[in-house]
Amino acid sequence: MLKLPIYLDYSATTPVDPRVAEKMIPYLVEKFGNPASRSHAFGWEAEAAVEEARAEVAKLVNADPKEIIWTSGATESNNLAIKGAAHFYSSKGKHLITVKTEHKAVLDTCRELEREGFEVTYLDVMENGLVDLEAFKAALRPDTIVVSVMFVNNEIGVIQPIAEIGEICRAKGIIFHVDAAQATGKVEVDLEKLKVDLMSFSAHKTYGPKGIGALYVRRKPRVRLEAQMHGGGHERGFRSGTLPTHQIVGMGEAFRIAREEMGEENERIRTLRDRLLKGLTDIEHVYINGDLEHRIPHNLNISFAYVEGESMMMAIKDLAVSSGSACTSASLEPSYVLRALGRDDELAHSSIRFTIGRFNTEEEIDYAIRLLHEKIGKLRELSPLWEMVQEGVDLNTVQWAAH
Amino acid sequence: MAYSEKVLDHYEHPRNVGSFGKEEEGIATGMVGAPACGDVMKLQIKVGKDGVIEDAKFKTYGCGSAIASSSLVTEWVKGKTLDQALEIKNTQIAEELALPPVKIHCSILAEDAIKAAVADYKKKHGE
Repeated sequence: MLKLPIYLDYSATTPVDPRVAEKMIPYLVEKFGNPASRSHAFGWEAEAAVEEARAEVAKLVNADPKEIIWTSGATESNNLAIKGAAHFYSSKGKHLITVKTEHKAVLDTCRELEREGFEVTYLDVMENGLVDLEAFKAALRPDTIVVSVMFVNNEIGVIQPIAEIGEICRAKGIIFHVDAAQATGKVEVDLEKLKVDLMSFSAHKTYGPKGIGALYVRRKPRVRLEAQMHGGGHERGFRSGTLPTHQIVGMGEAFRIAREEMGEENERIRTLRDRLLKGLTDIEHVYINGDLEHRIPHNLNISFAYVEGESMMMAIKDLAVSSGSACTSASLEPSYVLRALGRDDELAHSSIRFTIGRFNTEEEIDYAIRLLHEKIGKLRELSPLWEMVQEGVDLNTVQWAAH
Repeated sequence: MAYSEKVLDHYEHPRNVGSFGKEEEGIATGMVGAPACGDVMKLQIKVGKDGVIEDAKFKTYGCGSAIASSSLVTEWVKGKTLDQALEIKNTQIAEELALPPVKIHCSILAEDAIKAAVADYKKKHGE
């Protein structure tokens, strides 16, 4: 029996896996101790749970548990990594490099550093959404201290060349931070191999709870950070604040499941994504945003030309998806990620992001395909742009009365 | 964001969708907005010899509120003279559809579409 609406927005957040929720609950009620309490069994029990979870997070990314710092989520991890490293190494230089398609948690952190007097280069991406390594090398300066590039893009799902960028940074002694919020459980992350110094993680994108994340801080070679949160000196002084044991236990369990099941799960999800893609490609004027090969199997970002994204989402309200259109916000600017690919604004406004996850079924995908076919036809009948294109008008030659 | 019932009704059952034939008499067209901004409205009016708007049709590329605003004005302009049609204000459209502040631009666009269609009529008929 099909249950509506169908959730196809797993890159926004994931449900907590029931196995994870079950493991968390005792730490709310019976095992409530403060992991920092050294004087009694309540504290020891909580501390043991925190360390077990830390080991699980480390194991998923092939790191040492001592390199994992708990935070409130990837946004905090990004702030701590980028500001913390920039502040600590500011005597070496004042220049950072990042990419225009990064998450706002990285871009806005960089903006803040600019206000403090740092200089930031925001790299363009290629039409497929990937960083151009030659352009990256050209942007490096003698005073570059930090580079931040995301592993997997949240909107278009493309996988950036992290290994290659890491080699370049390490050779030049530049701190390399990677936002891996969208990568865990979806791509293999091996920090023994990757020359990454700092890496941000989130639990709630990988079937863990919201409000918990982690930052990987490399020990060999040692990476230093200036703390952003001061207090009791938790997490070896990197991040003060009482540890939320239940959240941490949830993240550990979620990452354990991800490690054990990702191989099989990714193949199943790839089959579903390819089924969705195949089911939609017979619609005219449909464009895929971002490289299809260097991409996680979970993501399909499509522009249905001449149909505006938000009205599309209203029409397919049985599907929980997201759109690159900005009509819902006060600004009329569509997705900055799609614009960075060089997509024209009309196509950016017409984009829908489908992200598939652990609990989707073939039946749900088939329902989505049928619904999209039906509604796109209806909305195009309503679209003056579609009418003009059918009459052979080139929309780029029209003098629009912009507002 | 939750839409008002009236927006949903116009969105699900848009009134007067379509275009008039190019040879029909008394037709004027107003096209406003831009694809880059995420909305384009095309409003057509059919004006009788007595100067009264007999019929109206629309097509809109845009969000649900934009579609609803243009659907609504096709109903409102019918039976009005050109001058009466020009008296329709975006605030009335926004109020009727209970548009939230971020969607006020949709009602402004609909008002602009009426103005553009009337201007087109006057230009064609040398007024």
